[in-house]
Amino acid sequence: MIDNPPSRFESPASVREGLRSVSYLPDEGIASVVYLADRLGKPVLVEGPAGTGKTQLAKSVAETLGARLIRLQCYEGLDESKALYEWNYKKQLLRIQAQRVAEADGGGSWTDIEEDIFSEPFLLTRPLLEAIRADEPVVLLIDEVDRVEVETEALLLEILSDYQVSIPELGTVSATQIPLVFLTSNNTRELSEALKRRCLFLHIDYPDLDREKEIVLTRVPGISESLADQVVRIVRSIRSLELKKAPSVSETLDWARTLLLLGIQSVDAETATDTLHILLKYQSDIDKAAKDLSAASASSTR
Amino acid sequence: MSAEMMPELPLGTSAGLLESLSGFVRELRTAGIPVSLTENLDAMEALQHVPIEDRDTFKYALAATMVKNNAHWKTFETVFEVYFSLRGREYHLVEDGDGEAEELIADLLGRRDGEASGSADGLTHEQLAEMLYRALMDGNEAMLRAIARAAVTRYAGMEPGRPVGGTYYLYRTLRQLDLDAVLERMMETARSETHEQLTDLEERLARDEYEARLDALRREIEAEIRRRLVADRGAEAVAKSVRKPLPEDIDFMHASREELVALRKAIAPLTRKLAVRLARKRRHGRKGPLDFRNTVRHSLSYGGVPADPKFRYPRPSKPEIVVIADISGSVAAFARFTLQMVYAISSQFSRVRSFVFIDGIDEVTDYFKGTEDITAAIHRINTEADVIWVDGHSDYGHAFETFWERWGRDINTKTTVLLLGDARNNYHAAQAWVLAEMAKKARHVYWLNPEPRSYWDTGDSIVSQYATHCDGAYECRNLKQLERFVEQLG
Repeated sequence: MIDNPPSRFESPASVREGLRSVSYLPDEGIASVVYLADRLGKPVLVEGPAGTGKTQLAKSVAETLGARLIRLQCYEGLDESKALYEWNYKKQLLRIQAQRVAEADGGGSWTDIEEDIFSEPFLLTRPLLEAIRADEPVVLLIDEVDRVEVETEALLLEILSDYQVSIPELGTVSATQIPLVFLTSNNTRELSEALKRRCLFLHIDYPDLDREKEIVLTRVPGISESLADQVVRIVRSIRSLELKKAPSVSETLDWARTLLLLGIQSVDAETATDTLHILLKYQSDIDKAAKDLSAASASSTR
Repeated sequence: MSAEMMPELPLGTSAGLLESLSGFVRELRTAGIPVSLTENLDAMEALQHVPIEDRDTFKYALAATMVKNNAHWKTFETVFEVYFSLRGREYHLVEDGDGEAEELIADLLGRRDGEASGSADGLTHEQLAEMLYRALMDGNEAMLRAIARAAVTRYAGMEPGRPVGGTYYLYRTLRQLDLDAVLERMMETARSETHEQLTDLEERLARDEYEARLDALRREIEAEIRRRLVADRGAEAVAKSVRKPLPEDIDFMHASREELVALRKAIAPLTRKLAVRLARKRRHGRKGPLDFRNTVRHSLSYGGVPADPKFRYPRPSKPEIVVIADISGSVAAFARFTLQMVYAISSQFSRVRSFVFIDGIDEVTDYFKGTEDITAAIHRINTEADVIWVDGHSDYGHAFETFWERWGRDINTKTTVLLLGDARNNYHAAQAWVLAEMAKKARHVYWLNPEPRSYWDTGDSIVSQYATHCDGAYECRNLKQLERFVEQLG
């Protein structure tokens, strides 16, 4: 193992301040887990509904630290050659061709070539290896890890626990410094126990009223306090309905921006219903919410 | 257990904390959260970096290292509250803490009314209610906490040593506070404060806000009761009496209202995962025989050499599902969740038809058509479906017979029939011959029973009379079992 690097964060409070300075407003849980991830040198598995700022968290942490963000977008069918490394086949081929020409003039033997073509100049690094080999501080983001197959998950295990990559022809490449690693998951399938065990677990849920209001105020410049207040209250009411897809934070922000652009000072039921399609993406959800918002008085008799 | 924790003893940890931690982990495991040895050690390591007085970080350190599934969060929180509720300054249970709280109230009350209201005992029921109302209107959290304490002291009537989980105390306290009336009063004030009429939306938002505050108060009271219980009987005993099953282990037949809500929340992500898994299974089926045409076509790019052989991927035909569900009282919840799960993954089936019965039977397939909202469909089933024939007591025999007469010819070799119910037939005729006929025609017939296996065939349950004709009879008491069954269907 590598020695622990000088810690990047002093305390959970300094994480909070750091993230705030790049306009990401973390709650207690987020700040605590990021702090611990740094101290323990462990990856963070971030889970939660779509659009609550999972990916943004990694980006913001990178920005706070002034570190480079290396991102691996996962998809079905992702394999070693796209995630870890690949031999530059074409370059190797050219090298062999060149050797043949040289051999005609009495050049080196096959073993020389073999050693040569499986060396670093012929290696194409992919995000994971790149993050391990980086000299400068990096933050590694493995996005939507639930999209890869269970078998592919195993690729990640060596990196996540030991921060090293074994390349049969080259040997083991170890990290010079432990990068901060974030894995995000939309929870479309259960991740393997082995992966979960190696990570700290962080669930990011929809923020509470006050935090969401603050997020709206920070992220939507020019919005008035009272409008922001109304926006987050309405969103909270909508989230309490049983919907296919509840509005996410990013949709709240989109909605707030739209209202601002339309020059609306205060939301009434009619405006809300007219602009619902920004918050909700399924027709059945929109119908339901519209019905609920306009029939608000009925709810008082329940 | 203690052996496994010892080597990681963080410096400066008191023996008391260590003991709490080991009890805490044991309780998590008993509650069903799988905490591995490594995770336990990770937690201990994490705690070394956490100042113990920082209660929030302390809590999240334990959660992040030991609880890796969000569905388990609530359980974790309860266990945490029980084991560590007495830690942290503001949570200390001072001997005369209650007097202190009431003093604070008296103090505030005095200041507001401009008269000193004497000792804590002098606070009447009405005064307390008044304080509560004001604190709620202002959203004053410190005040609410104090009131929660005072209310528990006054109304809960807690008796030391009684082995209860606290629900009873909570109920007694809340009954005295009469929060519904408080809510109405708050709404009245909100209405009268604005000069114009409140619009519907404003009223709705105000109500949501006040309800959220009342919820916070309820939680505070619950926490206060739990703290006192722990102080009285120790963490271990209390943990045992407040232990609740994880959402996937909740028994359909005996779920309380809260548990049903938890179930409804848990089922959506579960079915989503199930659908993904089934779709993948279908796509990544084994290779089939050589596809000659395709191989020759691709060989052209290799100069006629069939370098890249192509195969036919078998596309297993999707089964057609017929669900026949008993929706009488006790098993209604089970039918509901099964229907919800089947329809959520209906893309994995070529067709889903559903029938519900009590003593009469009715087709409800259309209720699910054209709506994406399964909850609404189920509501329609419960209100509109024509399922009563004589008296509204389950009659499996009659229901099956009618089914066979009216829809029997639609069953064919592609059909998989799911029968849902506890087969408690109220001593009516079984008419098991229907199932025998059905099994002959259908691809598969399965019986899903929400009762524990040991209850089968007791009393008026005649499940094995039916089950002999089925391809399998399964116990489906909770989401975990239901999920396992549905997965093998797809």
